[in-house]
Order: sequence, then C-alpha cells, then structure tokens
Amino acid sequence: MSDPSWAHRESATFDRTTIAEIQRAAQTGIYRIRGFGAKRQVPCFDDLLFLGASMSRYPLEGYRETCGTDVVLGSRFASKPLELKMPVTIAGMSFGALSAQAKEALGRGASEVGTSTTTGDGGMTQEERGHSSMLVYQYLPSRYGMNPDDLRKADAIEVVVGQGAKPGGGGMLLGEKISDRVAEMRTLPKGIDQRSACRHPDWTGPDDLAIKITELREVTGWEKPIFVKVGAARPYYDTALSIKAGADVVVLDGMQGGTAATQDVFIENVGIPTLAAVREAVRALIDLDMHRKVQLVVAGGIRTGADVAKALAMGADACSIGTAALIALGDNAPEHEEEYRKIGTTAGCWEDYHKGNDPAGITTQDPDLAKRLDPEVGGRRLANYLRVLTLEVQTLARANGKSHVHNLEPDDLVALTVEAAAMAGVPLAGTNWIPGADTSR
Amino acid sequence: MSGSQSTKPHDGAAAGDNAVVLDLETLAVRDANATLQEKNGTEETGYYRLRNPRGTHALACGLDAPIAVEIDGPTGYYCAGLNKSADVTINGNAGQGVAENMMSGRVHVRGDCSQAAGATAHGGLLVIDGNAAARCGISLKGADIVVKGDVGHMSCFMAQAGRLVVLGDAGAALGDSLYETRIYIRGAVESLGADCVEKEMRGMHHAELRELLEAAGCHDVPTDGFRRYGSARTLYSFKVDNIGAY
Repeated sequence: MSDPSWAHRESATFDRTTIAEIQRAAQTGIYRIRGFGAKRQVPCFDDLLFLGASMSRYPLEGYRETCGTDVVLGSRFASKPLELKMPVTIAGMSFGALSAQAKEALGRGASEVGTSTTTGDGGMTQEERGHSSMLVYQYLPSRYGMNPDDLRKADAIEVVVGQGAKPGGGGMLLGEKISDRVAEMRTLPKGIDQRSACRHPDWTGPDDLAIKITELREVTGWEKPIFVKVGAARPYYDTALSIKAGADVVVLDGMQGGTAATQDVFIENVGIPTLAAVREAVRALIDLDMHRKVQLVVAGGIRTGADVAKALAMGADACSIGTAALIALGDNAPEHEEEYRKIGTTAGCWEDYHKGNDPAGITTQDPDLAKRLDPEVGGRRLANYLRVLTLEVQTLARANGKSHVHNLEPDDLVALTVEAAAMAGVPLAGTNWIPGADTSR
Repeated sequence: MSGSQSTKPHDGAAAGDNAVVLDLETLAVRDANATLQEKNGTEETGYYRLRNPRGTHALACGLDAPIAVEIDGPTGYYCAGLNKSADVTINGNAGQGVAENMMSGRVHVRGDCSQAAGATAHGGLLVIDGNAAARCGISLKGADIVVKGDVGHMSCFMAQAGRLVVLGDAGAALGDSLYETRIYIRGAVESLGADCVEKEMRGMHHAELRELLEAAGCHDVPTDGFRRYGSARTLYSFKVDNIGAY
C-alpha cells in the first residue's frame, strides 16, 4: 500500500480481534475457552434513567429520612427464610474455580454487611460455611460433593438449571485447576479436564422439578428456602415454570453473567441481556399473582447501585453479583500490572480464569498464588463495595421519593434508546412511547 | 451393612410387634418422613413398616440412622433419596431416582425401577431384584449397584466411582463418558458409549464381583460369565484428535 492514509485502515467486519481469533483457531483447531462474561456491547441498565422527584413526587431527605434496604427471600414455603439487610447477594462461584481464600473472603465480606453468599459446582467448603452467616447451597447437575449434611447446614438451597453466561451449558474446570483437594471434593481423578453435566441426572422438566423440590424440602424439614436459578433464555416461561414447580425464589441470570470457563462462542452468543429478561420475569410473576410472594433475584452484569436500583424498579426483589465481587476482592487490579503483562494482557482486560495462573490469586488453586489474597483484607474490600452499592441504591430511591428500595417502580424509569424502552417496557425519555407495548389491554 | 444392626425381621417375615407401622392412607408424607427422620444423627436402630405407599414421591428420603424401613407397595420418585445408614426395602416397584445420592446404608427394591436408579450415589448398596430403566447409576460417585435383571440405555453415564453389576443385559451407550466406575455385565451389551471399553477380568475383579454378588444375595451366581467395562480415559483431557467423540 503506497498511500499512507490507507495503510492502517481496519475492517469493521474483520477487526483485529476477529483476525486474531481466526489465526488462533487455524493454529490450534479448538474453540476458545475463557472466563469473565460477555464482552460485547448489549443494551443494559445504563440505557435507563430515573426521573427523580419534582412537582408530583416528593423526595426524601438524603441524610435524615430512612430508606429501608432489607429483603426477605423465601417466604413462600420455607419456615426459615433468608433475612438480608441489603438487596445484593453474592452469586454462586465454585471452590475449584476460586481459591479457598477467595471463598472465605466472599463469606467475610457478605457477612459483615448482612447478606448471603452461594456455593458453586464443587461442594461446600469449611472456609465458606464458617465465614458466611447466610450460605446458599447450590444443587447442580454434576452434584459434586452433594450430601445431606451440607444440605442441612445450608441456609437456602439453589437448584441450578442454568447460568447467564451459558444457558444450556454445564460447568467446566480444566486440568490446571484440579488440585488434590478439588479432585477429592468432586470424586474425580486429579488433573483431568472436568466437564460437568448440563442436565440434572434425575429430573427433566418442571413436573419432575416439582417432585425434586419436594424431596429437598422433605430432607431438610421444609425449613430452607428453595431457589431456582435460570439463565436468561425464555424468562417469562422459565419464571412461570419455576413458580409452578414450587420455587420460593427465582434467580434470573442475564447473558452478561460471569463464568470461570466457557467457550467464547457460548458466552457471546447464547442468552439474552439482563435488561431484556427482567421485565418478562416480572410479567410472569404478576400474571400468576406471585409478585413479591415469590422473590426475584436478578444477576448478570450488575456493577453499581444504579444497576441494582433499576432492576428493583423493574420489579426485582434483589440483585446478585459475581464478577463485580471478584473485582472488589482484587481481580484485574493495577497493582499486578507487571504480571498481567508477563502473561500477555493488562489489568482490566484479563479474562483467563480457567488457566489457574491468576496474578491476583483469586481464580486459582496454586497455593503460592492463592496466598496473595488475604481473606480478611479481601472481605473488607467486598464489604466496602457492598456498602457503596447500598448507599447508591438508597440515594436513588430517596431521589424518587421512596422510603424503601422496594418502593421503586417502573414509573420512575425512562429509557435513553428505543431498544432499551422496548426491552424494559418503559417510555423513551421525553415521550410516552413504549415500543412494542400492548395498548389493547 | 448397617441394616443388620436393626431389629428388622428376616426377609419376607410379616411385621412383628416391634415394627412402627405408618399407613400412608391416613398419614401425610411429611408426617411419615418426620417419624422416620426422628432418629437422624443417632446410632439408634428401629424398624418401620410403611403401608399403602401407592406411588407416593419422596418417601423415606433424608434418613440418617441405622434403622430398617420396609415399604409395602410401589413408590414414586426419589424413594430413599440421600439415604445415610438406613436399610430401606421396597416390596414393589420404585419410581424415578430411587436411592439417588445415597451416602451409605442399603436400599433393596424387590421389583423393577424407573430411570436414574442410584443416580449420583456416593456410597452404600442398591440392590434391584428386577430391571432398571435408563440411566441406572448415572453420575455414580462411589456407591455399588447390583441389578438382577437388565439396565436401560445410558446407564452409568458420566459415572465417576463405585461399581455397577448387571446380571442381565445392558441397553445402548453403556458407560458413556465414564470416569472411574467399574461395570460388570453378565448379559449382552447393546452398545458402549463414548470412551467406555471392555477390560480384562483379572483376579481382583473376580474377587470384588464375588463380594458384590454375595452382598446382594446372589450366592449361587458365578463370576465367570461376567465381562468388565471401564473408561479408556482418552477423553480426560480435551484433544483435537478426539473431536469425533464429542
């Protein structure tokens, strides 16, 4: 190319990442596996705004008038529902994907501010149970480490049907992270590439699930709330069928939800954005007269108090964070920049949770790396971050005149884009237009 | 076997005066299970007899004491699920997921079983006098299963540990994506699943098979007619060369 002004012209279709991926695929013959979550731009809570108070709405005094943040999860059937002090929980992440220290740090941070943590596809560790005042025990297709003692030790049980990063996909933990302890907890040979089942082994469909939930309640004396977690795929029907199957709580995980290891093509191309899923799930709850009776927990790309407040305004009861919690612990922190560079990336872009070589010592089973995370320090950081989220939600709720975060409502919201207005079912800002709204009802 | 510590009468004997009889015609499943679970966490024995189960789901699940339970009739899904220590006998057919995720103890089905019998079970012994449907021993994690009849397709799918013994035939895709479970089949195998291969029956395998047959009451069944199947372990690490198996 002789003309210098054309010499660096990039293709929009074949951008550098695309070219690099084709070259990588041609060299290795295998799809790309990675951690983190979807990196593509999708409509999200940033595309919504709160209207705030004015002539027709009275705001609350920011530092004087209380704005409640407590949430009860599981009041439908469980005799001992979870009583959270704030509307954000810590999502399921496995011991195996994370170090024992990281699991402990999550427990410490969540407990300090009165919220719950969740196990993952690797069973319950002592570190996690011991440091979590409220622990949700996941009931997964793999059933690694599943046992009745841990079911009874749990404060709630979450039947995992799917996850936002990969609705329809099972867990994956590559050989680098299958240490002796992880292998023993999962009853697997050390060092193998472990691929969890994507379907439960002993039930199929909502009718079976109803019986499975009954069994779990019978085993635990009808004390524990039973959550059903679904990836955001067909949220109206998935929510309705979870309710029908007897769930106390529905956890809805949008496509921005994180993962420790999944095929990139799966992360970026399956499932719908969190923003698009919430309204459909709430519609199912309302249609079945179960809104606020069965609680809805929304996850997938939740980062700020604004995200939480908008999800609550759309009808959720709480939100859940995974990736953001890891970042609070120290994931992708600039203090490790030199080491990120050594492994070919930079702080803020690292996503290879599956490799076990995490410079921050969070997504690893290497004892030397894992030592880098002090669970007490990590726990304190997480607690700080969770406090900020709560303060931010309260700030927005008060600005909209609400004395409890659950009083936020769709009428407080408008959308910045036509897409977000259609997905969230709120008007495009400055108009009364809700694209796709059924005006015949 | 923990059941031997109980006051259970000999097999086939009628309930004696020492049996606590729970009649599901008048009792809710919650009340029946709560009674069975009263001794959970103790070493206390006891003998219970459940009448009129009529396919009720989640019966005798979550037990955690060396008690003996006899159920007179067919059970629904997940009978004796998550069992620890208890000795549960079903005098009838069992629905889906019988003895699922059993940790220890013994479950004996004196009839046929539906799908996923013994799914994900970590320990204990499941004996099935009749046939077991599809996915028997799916994701097995250390328990032993002896089936005196046939097993359906995809049995021992992704099974990780423990042993499955089948005196009859096995359906298609036996042991698909198998980890370390050992499978002994006396009859015909319709087909093997991905990464499941026939392996040599050495002395140690005859010995462990003998033990399993004895534990299941198959005293007069010789081990000679059995073939052993296990994992070829070629799919333990993802290799492009194995792409056809995925």
